[in-house]
Amino acid sequence: MTPVFRDTGECALVIEFGTTIDDALIEQVLALDAALPPLPGLREAVPTYRSLMLHYDPMILPREVLVRQVQAALAVAKADRQEGQLWQLPACYDPTLAVDLQHVAATTGLDSQAVARAHAGASYRVVMYGFAPGWAYLSGLPPALALPRRATPRDVIPAGSLIIAGGLAIVAALPMPSGWHIIGQTAVQMFAPARLPAFLLAPGDRLQFDPVDLATHHALIARASAGEPLARKVAG
Amino acid sequence: MCLRILRAGPLCTVQDAGRWGYLRYGVTPAGPMDWISFASANAIIGNVAGKAVVEVGPAGLAFTSDIQQQLAIVAPGFRVLRAGSAVPSGVVMTIPPGMRVDIQPGPWGVWGYVALPGGVAGEPVMGSMATHLRSGLGGAALALGDTVDAAAAGAGGADRCLVKAAVKRETPPIRYVPGPQDDLFEDGALMAGSFTVSARSDRMAYRLNGPPLPAAGGHDIVSDGTPLGAIQVPGDGQPFVLMADRQPTGGYPKIGTVIRADLPRLAQMRAGETLRFQAVTVEAAVEALRAAMERVASLPGRLREMRFLRDR
Repeated sequence: MTPVFRDTGECALVIEFGTTIDDALIEQVLALDAALPPLPGLREAVPTYRSLMLHYDPMILPREVLVRQVQAALAVAKADRQEGQLWQLPACYDPTLAVDLQHVAATTGLDSQAVARAHAGASYRVVMYGFAPGWAYLSGLPPALALPRRATPRDVIPAGSLIIAGGLAIVAALPMPSGWHIIGQTAVQMFAPARLPAFLLAPGDRLQFDPVDLATHHALIARASAGEPLARKVAG
Repeated sequence: MCLRILRAGPLCTVQDAGRWGYLRYGVTPAGPMDWISFASANAIIGNVAGKAVVEVGPAGLAFTSDIQQQLAIVAPGFRVLRAGSAVPSGVVMTIPPGMRVDIQPGPWGVWGYVALPGGVAGEPVMGSMATHLRSGLGGAALALGDTVDAAAAGAGGADRCLVKAAVKRETPPIRYVPGPQDDLFEDGALMAGSFTVSARSDRMAYRLNGPPLPAAGGHDIVSDGTPLGAIQVPGDGQPFVLMADRQPTGGYPKIGTVIRADLPRLAQMRAGETLRFQAVTVEAAVEALRAAMERVASLPGRLREMRFLRDR
């Protein structure tokens, strides 16, 4: 489908593929993001579930030149779910960390272990980062795990929380307030400002979880604190 | 050591042009609230654009220097005192060791800038010295006893000042480019009334109170990118304008985006001040931005000597 070009001021242009959350739209957004070459004056591209925002400097890159470049990129962009680096992240679903596992189980009609298995067994894609540095928004959560947010948000959730709500999944980085359900935790530091690279997973990358027990999780946290990325690149 | 902070109101921070390059990872660029005054301070002291400066918050800042130090201040609307005597609020000057400089809230204005030769010295975090208080990237707000170093020695020369303020207190409407979700609102809804800057405004967003702006189909959209100046409208229909510390994406409809050339004028409005909006085209916004940048570039040539300061 042909996206709509919408100006957001004179320094940003949003390429809108739709207004809903839909796997077909996500793939088109990520395909354009991957196909767009670096351009002088194109400062940054920010993907979301349904659009790609291009921040540009109109003194260097006039709008009409940017539009032509986007149209050329759209012509060659191929939506392909198999693109993007595949990563494996350790995930601990121990109930002492996964404090909402029981609530999610009760709401979805599954048992706690089945919730953990469903979350760990799915294949995800990093669609976007949002809310706070390193908060990775994923596509690919099994529909059986769709449920609304908590009635009362928590003031702060721990770094590395694996959270779900509204049919979406997030890997949280910095501790922040959240109304999403905590169903696990990864020892991976999604954002470490002093580490190179500060962020491991790029939008468009794919992701699987590798379940570990609590003792292993604590050992991994110590290793992550020492600077180990932990997240593994997998061929596939 | 050079500048030593003697008094710091809230929200005095080190800012450069912003921590760009990580928007897609959820990182807020931060940077100056009033880019024109920020750029002016760097320009009049002879720095290349974008060097780190001290951004002075709404309640002002006072400092002294351990050494003879050249510095530039651009603080529209503020009162600037050099050893207790008023100087213009757009100034390049050299202060002797131990002299106190006070930047105090004046009749108007919210943000001021102190530029040092070569910029504020320090280790960039992810390529930038900008302070983002919420995430802690780039450090914390300046406090009593903190020191701020210059990265280079000053060129010296006579003390000089700007005859006209870099950002003026003007009342024409704040111009905006409609979209990207303006089709959810009644035609021209944003131009129909006047808005008051709310006290609940900060470096993240300026909240405005005015006639409610209901959106057809509700105020929740699937998240979309949010640039500087985006005018978001949440469920209560009261718009807020995204400022330097905004998040990179947001889930409220955007009725428009304040043009870059007018953003400093909005940033310098205090709670209780009123404004109106005027829609313009992208082309007009680009022309206004070009004019604003040319004006900043011309400032070094508009400096006037103020020997009277030396004679005191």
